[in-house]
Amino acid sequence: MNILFDERLDGELVRRDKSEVLADLQQAVPEMTLLHREEDLRPFECDGLAAYRVLPMLVALPETLDQVKGLLMRCHALGVPVVTRGAGTGLSGGALPLEQGVLLVMSRFNQILKVDPDARLARVQPGVRNLAISEAAAPYGLYYAPDPSSQIACSIGGNVAENAGGVHCLKYGLTVHNVMRVDVLTIEGEAMTLGAESLDAPGFDLLALMNGSEGMLGVVTEITVKLLPKPETAKVLMASFDDVEKAGRAVGDIIAAGIIPGGLEMMDKLAIKAAEDFVKAGYPLDAEAILLCELDGVEADVDDDCDTVRGVLEKAGATNIQQARDEAERAKFWAGRKNAFPAVGRMSPDYYCMDGTIPRRELPRVLKGIAALSEESGLAVANVFHAGDGNMHPLILFDANQEGQLALAEEVGGKILELCVAAGGSITGEHGVGREKINQMCSQFQPDEISVFHALKAAFDPQRLLNPGKNIPTLARCAEFGAMHVHNNELPHPELPRF
Amino acid sequence: MTELAIHAADQDIGDQLCEQVRSAYTDRTPLRIVGGDTRGFYGRPVEGQALNLAAHSGIVSYDPVELVVTVRAGTRLSALHAALAENHQMLAFEPPIFGEASTIGGAVATGLSGPRRPWAGAARDFVLGTRVITQEGKLLRFGGEVMKNVAGYDLSRLMAGAQGTLGVLTDISFKVLPIPTATHSLRLPLNLADALKKLAELGRQPLPITAAAWHNGELFLRLEGGKSSVSATQTRLGGESLEASFWTSLRDHSHAFFQLNDGQALWRLSLPPHTAPLKLDIPETDIFYDWAGCQRWLKTSLEASTLRAACEAVGGHATCYTPHAQGGAVEPFTPLNKVVEKYHRNLKAELDAHGIFNPGRLYAAF
Repeated sequence: MNILFDERLDGELVRRDKSEVLADLQQAVPEMTLLHREEDLRPFECDGLAAYRVLPMLVALPETLDQVKGLLMRCHALGVPVVTRGAGTGLSGGALPLEQGVLLVMSRFNQILKVDPDARLARVQPGVRNLAISEAAAPYGLYYAPDPSSQIACSIGGNVAENAGGVHCLKYGLTVHNVMRVDVLTIEGEAMTLGAESLDAPGFDLLALMNGSEGMLGVVTEITVKLLPKPETAKVLMASFDDVEKAGRAVGDIIAAGIIPGGLEMMDKLAIKAAEDFVKAGYPLDAEAILLCELDGVEADVDDDCDTVRGVLEKAGATNIQQARDEAERAKFWAGRKNAFPAVGRMSPDYYCMDGTIPRRELPRVLKGIAALSEESGLAVANVFHAGDGNMHPLILFDANQEGQLALAEEVGGKILELCVAAGGSITGEHGVGREKINQMCSQFQPDEISVFHALKAAFDPQRLLNPGKNIPTLARCAEFGAMHVHNNELPHPELPRF
Repeated sequence: MTELAIHAADQDIGDQLCEQVRSAYTDRTPLRIVGGDTRGFYGRPVEGQALNLAAHSGIVSYDPVELVVTVRAGTRLSALHAALAENHQMLAFEPPIFGEASTIGGAVATGLSGPRRPWAGAARDFVLGTRVITQEGKLLRFGGEVMKNVAGYDLSRLMAGAQGTLGVLTDISFKVLPIPTATHSLRLPLNLADALKKLAELGRQPLPITAAAWHNGELFLRLEGGKSSVSATQTRLGGESLEASFWTSLRDHSHAFFQLNDGQALWRLSLPPHTAPLKLDIPETDIFYDWAGCQRWLKTSLEASTLRAACEAVGGHATCYTPHAQGGAVEPFTPLNKVVEKYHRNLKAELDAHGIFNPGRLYAAF
């Protein structure tokens, strides 16, 4: 079942003549850069999920809020869909364009407006890169905590849209925990501030709702984030295991010892090999799994915790435990993990990255399930795992040039996500649903729950003009998806109309 | 996963609650959602048939190693705290307990957090998932029992603090955290200006501070973390030691400060970090600074408009905890800006078309 927008399943879109829309927008917002020639549109045809490409009707590159507002008001009047894009690093096709839509690119809003060290806040525009915030805060001994692996390139606006995570979420939270306030333009072009510099705001928590809403409820135009004091020290332990299950159990044992590590990552044999070949991180090639456990905070506590964790790891059957001797070695250990995706990319022409989450106790069972799917399909799977918070990133290796392999990879990916849902988890921990996991939403949620999501959407954008087709599937799509997954001859959702 | 029962009376009355909501929806009967009925003072009074969740209680699942607990809304906070404490864990947002009957459902619905809030996060930050009864009386599940989950809109966090106006919370899953190994509270004589300066300075350093208040010439601090860092910070800051119950009394408003004189109302000001003292005609003794100055309690007879204008000027807002003290004429919550209000109304209309869920609790219109 193709994930590209299908009006039969995803709802009809207004058809407008491209030249008519172009002329209208040029007149309404004359100073704004509007790309319309095919060769100019081409670089915007996909985001980080490069397997799917659609040429947008037009690309808008506004530089002022008035331009964004003017654009939204005209699109609203014309019924033309708007897909908002930041740096385009998203992995779920959240910024995949629409043929009949305008792609609104916010990358020119790239200013850090203010860093206030006493209030420990930074006010930034949405196109500012994640890492640039921490760099601007560094002279004050402060930083912005969420650190997705793409942090050198991804923008904070996209982080809000996806509620981005990273390797330090268990201790420091996701984007939603670190954003104080957002300024938003609605599809009608109204400006609205959600949240505040104070620690709460009156009314509903629309700020929480906006985080992770994938550009479906409004366009974020400014963000105030919380800054944290840089931990005095961070130390990392690397433990090798001869068995993936033992490593999984060790993760639980560390938490049970009352320790919340700054980062707790696991990699399996294939991922270890890929990373080691790529960045020479010093990983043990004979291990079935490694754990990277980072402890951060005040020096004296970190030393105590390192001793405790070392004891826990030994008891859990680690075959080798190594503590990074210095900052350089710590950076090296992390380089292997942070480059795991491109490292796997070197082993295989293509790879498909999944993002399911599970309760940690289910890890052995889910890993077995993944291994079985890998064997059955003949596609290798490397496992990288934010072990501390149960967020798995199985990487399915395939070759798109071989007939049928992309479809097979998608099928294996879909089944892995269904394993996660069956284990009590979720189809996405930090990459978002986007277009990529639109069908799997139907396995995680019941039609009634999906209807509530549509009701939320209708409160902000009743004409469904903001990023249509992403994040929340239509019931028609779920019926179609369900029809392909008939178990025991029982059709799921028999109450829904089908195509 | 461990199945736990806190006491014999624990039961799941979800079906019964759904049935009552269904008939209220059909008959358009307003419902007043109630748990322990200890937070009725907060917000506007609601006229309606009681939808009582107190009997819907008990821990549904608790796996300390996963750091996740799922609990029915009617479970008493005291019982939940005790069950978590047995495993050296806690709800890190320190929900206030306004009476023995206080329930976890009420804590999440009001979204209030205790002294640890600026360092650990608010109630909504620890909500991982919920089960909610919708206007049609359907029991639906949002979020889950995992730390990270970005599938669909974050309805669970939206419910935290919505005071039952968008649906009925029946079950809530939380992230829980270990109780810190070491703790020490201290008091330092310091004037207000110096205290605020010191808090800004300390706030920029990685210190194990988890509560900071100022009142009547004294700065109160709580240190929590590993033994080594707590004792090192204690040595560095000095001061006299302070009993831990001070923070509970501040959290639950049982501290003597919260006794009002005639004509006084209790106000909560929520302000940006490092906001200078507001220029209001209130004696310093009638102000209690919590959350390192981000939350300020005021006892005053000043007009709501005066207080709200002063807060708005610095990017904050003011909530009246005793709207009845001044003849009930005061709106407890700061009125919303026009655009934001429009989307509040839209949301309410979508999720509660007939206005059956706690109508008027937050604002007169919804």
